[in-house]
Amino acid sequence: MNSTQALSRNTILDSVRANQPATQPMPTIPHFHSNKPADLVATFCASIARMAGVVVTEDVPNLDSFLRAKFPDAKVTCSAIPEYGGTIKPSSLNHWSEASRIDVCILRSPMGVAETGSILLSDIELQVNTIAFLAHDLVVLLDPKQIVSNIHDAYEHPYFKLRPYSLLMTGPSGSGDIGGIVVHPAQAAKTLTVLLSPAPDAGQRTG
Amino acid sequence: MSSPVDQAKNAEKFLADTVHEERLDKLLWAMRMRRDAAARQVPEWEELRTLASEIKEHTLSNLSQYLLQFEARAAANGMIVHWARDAHEHNQIVYEILAEQGIEALVKSKSMLTEECELRPFLERRGIRVTETDLGERIQQLDDQPPGHIIGPSIHKTTKDVAVLFSQKYGSDPNNEDAAYLAGVMRENTRPDILKARAGMTGANFVVAETGAIVVATNEGNADLSAHTPLLHICSVGIEKIIPTTESLAVFVRLLTRSATGDTITQYTSTFRGPRQGATMHVILVDNGRSARLGMKRFWHSLKCIRCAACMNTCPVYRRSGGLSYGSTYMGPIGIIMMPTFEIRKYSELPFASTLNGSCTNVCPVKIDIHEADLRVAGSHGGERPNPSRKKGGHAGRRQSAQPSGALPNRDGHTVSRTGSPATLRRLQPPECMGQAQGRPGGRQGNISRMV
Repeated sequence: MNSTQALSRNTILDSVRANQPATQPMPTIPHFHSNKPADLVATFCASIARMAGVVVTEDVPNLDSFLRAKFPDAKVTCSAIPEYGGTIKPSSLNHWSEASRIDVCILRSPMGVAETGSILLSDIELQVNTIAFLAHDLVVLLDPKQIVSNIHDAYEHPYFKLRPYSLLMTGPSGSGDIGGIVVHPAQAAKTLTVLLSPAPDAGQRTG
Repeated sequence: MSSPVDQAKNAEKFLADTVHEERLDKLLWAMRMRRDAAARQVPEWEELRTLASEIKEHTLSNLSQYLLQFEARAAANGMIVHWARDAHEHNQIVYEILAEQGIEALVKSKSMLTEECELRPFLERRGIRVTETDLGERIQQLDDQPPGHIIGPSIHKTTKDVAVLFSQKYGSDPNNEDAAYLAGVMRENTRPDILKARAGMTGANFVVAETGAIVVATNEGNADLSAHTPLLHICSVGIEKIIPTTESLAVFVRLLTRSATGDTITQYTSTFRGPRQGATMHVILVDNGRSARLGMKRFWHSLKCIRCAACMNTCPVYRRSGGLSYGSTYMGPIGIIMMPTFEIRKYSELPFASTLNGSCTNVCPVKIDIHEADLRVAGSHGGERPNPSRKKGGHAGRRQSAQPSGALPNRDGHTVSRTGSPATLRRLQPPECMGQAQGRPGGRQGNISRMV
């Protein structure tokens, strides 16, 4: 830190110390489990639908057939999961901006949130973070047993304390900035499709 | 020395434009209704508001400790932490980070702090091209206007306005007002800048001291685009944005978007704890008057603000005046109590842009006593509402006191009086003001009872 920065830092901290009000206590934060929905999967599906996300609850026996049917014009299919090959893997991208040439990317999320319809992704699942917002369409596998009740539960996931990047993604990108009319997509993913599918292993990643 | 912003005169112009005024009023009231519907779905809503208020008051009363904790954790995560005493220092730091690497173009997501610091003109004067990636901010940038709302910067514009603007700037069809089409035009024209950018800038909604993380919430995903596509990420954040823990973050995430738009969460709610491999991440902690405001016994609660704009959406003055009428970075109820602390003379009349109905206080997710703070700010001006017919007399009616109140730091030769709360209240509610709050022909008679 140079001397100017040291001066700025100390000036600000001195001013804060001189001015901060008398200490007030930190409250205890409950997780509100008394309001937990009875059916987390149904609540998750309803929540994500409100944000223009799509959920497939039926079993998808052949992922390749599903993707070809849903995205017939896709030329570049990126797979970030070991059980599906795709046409490319994230590791083949030389620069993170190249994620823009991905038509559809398939990933697995370690957690869903019933309250909001969010799915969790981090640098582990994405491998190239820009896939979450430069790829045109996203298909995300989610084990229904890994859906938690609410945002309090969600932020207990170790990713938020350990990973350099963690994302709660809720539906495709959108905007209401033009005339107050909500449209999808905006700048990032055009569609988000969640496939409810048991995880290959029972334990959650701990980061 | 700036002349005071005449919000009332600016509002009259907006009111005369019945197309834009009526549309904005209805649009924002609909957002208020969606906020109410979202809040009713959460049985613990009022408990969350209380928690959020208490967490903020705890944090602000221990701010020095949390700033140091964040600095240490962020540095351990690989971030480069900077401190900026004021707007100029902030802008200079950003410029030097870019200039050091010979970067001449920057993509950035929406940040009211950078608006407050007037970063874009500062950089552009030094040859750095800035592309706003938030749709609303980009619209305003193309139209050479500041944001008119802190969540929806271009919300005062109709789809036709945007269609005409895009046709002029992008060559798109001026007769196609479809919002999806226009969003696609923006996406096509902005994406090349994002893909070739060497630097990206974001603000932050929250800063988590425990983990050294910044949290950014967008619907478009443009903050993530700006932060991750280039190899250099600069994040600017006001020092008051700090919260203690990830556990406390959950309270605010549950309140923020519901208060702003009525949705439960934004499409992209992202936690950045450090740079990706091979990249660099800078965080600039900005004071710019915040630490001084912390010491204002009657006004420090405004630092709890999480920039949801719920107060704007409910305010009858804002809805009928438009955000640009305030001539300020922050507008509406939160703006009229904050802006005088930045520049007392220029914003001296803003506190009177209020009917004191208290709706803003009722919807504020962090329980800032906005309308009461407004009364205190207005009272500190000498207890008299500016009257256009009396303005010709200069400061007639403004009492001078030999003893400054100390409530506002930016005296600028303008002394204030501590007296006259009851007198102030009488003067702030003349008959014409009461009539406005109770609705006009067209069925808004019931609004005041629903709002309060």
